[in-house]
Amino acid sequence: MPFYLKEKPRLKFAATRDGFGEGLLEAGKKNKKIVALSADLTESTRCLPFKNKFPERFVQLGVSEQSMASIAAGLSLGGKIPFITSYAVFSPGRNWEQIRTCIALQKSNVKIIGSHAGLNVGADGASHQGLEDIALTRVLPGMTVLVPCDAIEAKKATLAAAKIVGPVYLRLSREASPIFTKPNTSFKVGIAEIFRPGKDATIIAAGPIVYEALKAAENLSKKNKLNIRVINCHTIKPLDTKTIIAAAKQTGAVVTAEEHMVAGGLGSAVAELLAENYPVPMEFIGVKDTFGESGQPQELMEKYGLTAKYIERAVLRVIKRKK
Amino acid sequence: MHPLHDDKLKKLEERAAVIREDIIKMLITASSGHSAGSLGLTDIFTAFYFHILNHKPKNPNWSGRDRLILSNGHVCPARYAAMAEAGYFSKTKLATLRKLDSPLQGHPEPHRLAGLETTSGPLGEGTSQAAGLAYAAKIDKAPWRVYCILSDGELQEGQTWEALLFAAKYKLNNCTFIVDRNNIQIEGRTEDVMPLEPLAKKFRAFNFHVEECAGNDIRDFVNAIERAQEITEQPTIIIAYTIPGRGVDFMENKFEWHGKTPVGLEAKLALNELRTLKGKIKSEHE
Repeated sequence: MPFYLKEKPRLKFAATRDGFGEGLLEAGKKNKKIVALSADLTESTRCLPFKNKFPERFVQLGVSEQSMASIAAGLSLGGKIPFITSYAVFSPGRNWEQIRTCIALQKSNVKIIGSHAGLNVGADGASHQGLEDIALTRVLPGMTVLVPCDAIEAKKATLAAAKIVGPVYLRLSREASPIFTKPNTSFKVGIAEIFRPGKDATIIAAGPIVYEALKAAENLSKKNKLNIRVINCHTIKPLDTKTIIAAAKQTGAVVTAEEHMVAGGLGSAVAELLAENYPVPMEFIGVKDTFGESGQPQELMEKYGLTAKYIERAVLRVIKRKK
Repeated sequence: MHPLHDDKLKKLEERAAVIREDIIKMLITASSGHSAGSLGLTDIFTAFYFHILNHKPKNPNWSGRDRLILSNGHVCPARYAAMAEAGYFSKTKLATLRKLDSPLQGHPEPHRLAGLETTSGPLGEGTSQAAGLAYAAKIDKAPWRVYCILSDGELQEGQTWEALLFAAKYKLNNCTFIVDRNNIQIEGRTEDVMPLEPLAKKFRAFNFHVEECAGNDIRDFVNAIERAQEITEQPTIIIAYTIPGRGVDFMENKFEWHGKTPVGLEAKLALNELRTLKGKIKSEHE
């Protein structure tokens, strides 16, 4: 049991993939053009409710992620809105060039759903822990990249993706994580949300680690009397430049946090933006050029430095570097 | 599809000769590109654009059109030349092949030239795209057909076989696949680089209906396409045996001409040979 369960016994948990499954079903009810493609992972990517409700719009491809990306592009040429579902290591990992050519370059209206992203995959180990998918997708012109922070936001992101005309990557997690947003919490693609106001430094986070960022900010407030702003940056691309540059100007220091390689992820995107527009000291919480391993999700978060404790230390370091 | 009478066939062969000349001129001007495959597929493209396809060149996005997917995108000069001949765009554009701001990209891009359907070039992907499109058409019970041209070399891509499994599973009889069996690829003969035979047996084992034809014989090819349309429970793949470099003697069956263009004297020689092709198209003194 994660230790913060004891702190907030009423906190509910669900995986972002669960929110996706609900969102896909709802999107399917609203729009008959939506089809779901599975590469033999229907249950674990949470496509089963859609498959049961709309068997004629569900396509089982077997274990063939490369062909799946191109077949989806073909389906979109025929007017469908395909959601291709697999684990992030396979899609957009294994089939990246098919996504580049048939989906991004061809401007296909295809949604790429990468589940089991991050170290929280746990026991399956490094081969199955997608830590490069944000980098792989955000480098593609025209791609929208979404990283929801909890199951509720994942559902909203799924519904939003269905409405976008063009390629979208949606990053999901396997492990249940705290549900801390509400159905009426604002979610707009391309608009980062300030989840906690603050003036001493800003934590910009994406994915379930946003919850750790909020805990870190709370602890820093109690222990160090610091006011730390927390931004939920669910859209990595297009990046909300306005909110991020304003945070750099107003707080003078930024820490990014993500369950992804530091190279190429959210932190890189923020650093690219600030280096050019308003450079401030930065620290990066993420996986530092190493692969994961088998273990319990919480053990892995601790070992690889992705918990509130490490975010707090990074904030204290970055504040020391402020001029 | 209308029957192919002898007088129509003769006209198609004349068209093919004109298209071949345009291809050589384009490649000379571009000074890079793929000669052998483009010339080898000219008769098939001619058959498609002037006999087989239900299409409207002046309205390339017409929703009722048959879809022609080109998987081995590097032979696009043949497609561009055939499209220009069919009236999709002005022939003056052919001279812009591979040049800055041209709709005629080195490999096809549908957002730059209407009528192309897919982006292709990276091999093995067109087969999947065609299968996906055919599946969408099946869901909607669309009346149009999908045709997909692919190369023999790209059968070495595992993805092609993933797509064939899919097409067979969903019995995509509204899609006809055509393999340009010219036996060459960049580095040599396919059977030396990575053997593909027995090809027909492989496709049959994948639950495909298989047709074989001479890909530079328009009548033989059209007959194979017609037979494919009668198959209802399986997708069909046509193995079209073509001669790479067809029409230019010194290019024919030479893998060295896969990815290069004629220069200087070669260019002159190539055009002269096309003009005297089998003596029946144009005379040398014309």
